[in-house]
Amino acid sequence: MDWMGLVQLAVILVSAALMLTGAGIILAGAVGVIRLPDFYTRMHAAGVTDTLGAEIIILGLILQAGFTLVSVKLALLGLIIFLTSPTSTHAVANAAYRSGLKPILRRWRSDENRGDAA
Amino acid sequence: MTFASAIDFTVGLMLVGAMLLMLVRLFIGPTLYDRVLAVNAFGTKIVLFLAVFALAVGRADSLDIALLYALINFVATIAILKFFSYRSLEVALDEMAPAPARDDKGEGA
Amino acid sequence: MTRKWLYGVTLTIVLTAMWALLSGYGLKQPLLSLAIFSIVVTVFMTIRMGLLDGEAIPYWRLRYLAYWGWLGREIVKSNIAVLKIVLSPVIDIKPVVTRTPVSLKDDVARATLANSYTLTPGTVTMEIEEGGFILHGLDESFCGQEGFRIFERKVKSATGEGSE
Repeated sequence: MDWMGLVQLAVILVSAALMLTGAGIILAGAVGVIRLPDFYTRMHAAGVTDTLGAEIIILGLILQAGFTLVSVKLALLGLIIFLTSPTSTHAVANAAYRSGLKPILRRWRSDENRGDAA
Repeated sequence: MTFASAIDFTVGLMLVGAMLLMLVRLFIGPTLYDRVLAVNAFGTKIVLFLAVFALAVGRADSLDIALLYALINFVATIAILKFFSYRSLEVALDEMAPAPARDDKGEGA
Repeated sequence: MTRKWLYGVTLTIVLTAMWALLSGYGLKQPLLSLAIFSIVVTVFMTIRMGLLDGEAIPYWRLRYLAYWGWLGREIVKSNIAVLKIVLSPVIDIKPVVTRTPVSLKDDVARATLANSYTLTPGTVTMEIEEGGFILHGLDESFCGQEGFRIFERKVKSATGEGSE
């Protein structure tokens, strides 16, 4: 195997690692959306771990695509997600806060408060 | 099946799993805001799925769909929230009510 | 008035570059006429809606890039903390709602700061007030006031507020 082949192999391995990490982060965030107790805590898991996972997956895809028009579009997609995701999370949080939805503010443990995990 | 497309396939499956969890939250979410949040996160995952799909099957067209979906997802979230806050989409930005003065900062804060 | 013309020309150039990047077909006649049509309509609508000002034009400064690099590290660090909470067998959290004073006056700087708080998991900006933000924290450990001060200082130096 020559030198270029080694570089190609390394790029494929790095992109695979990045994509699997990103998908794992997104899956963990989704599990958090199911497990956490109220809207305000779920918002942390849903809106925001998504952003990091999405960026990492897109980085892996860019490595996979190489220097083409495809990777330019992927970079644009990453920029759009990076800019819009916190804004929509803030919009949902702000709407809920203004409508008077009360957050849970005491200590919460998942093994003793099964009942109010609404 | 090459190694790269196998990875794409795995990542796509994981994204589908996350989307199913989001659908669960969409159905059981007790408040409106849980549902809006679930729809928004679902949209982000669809955008990623489209991007992964584009590279997995070698059709770059679906990247354009992904870009459009990302933009429409954002606008839809804002529009839904605006509609449920004001019951109308025709409220101008300078007619919106200022932040209400609240005294319920929370008993534990 | 001249500034407004400058903004309009910049917006047209940016839109043209965006179209050229996204279509990837090169200069073919029917497509090109549609592209010119859509760019003209977009610029006209932007002027009519009164959106054409300094904020509408994407402009970049090198200090922003340095800030984004620092923000990226912070995002990764607090993401790991949130994922640890989410994936632990017993979730043990104490959510808090806290108010942090913000002395920034510039709109772009305030928006950058609020979005940075939101982007780092564990804290989400819930309400923007005149002299501060109301944040919701997933756990007490994400809401140290000294951490918020570091963010504000970084944003201040990135947007150059106070120095210009």
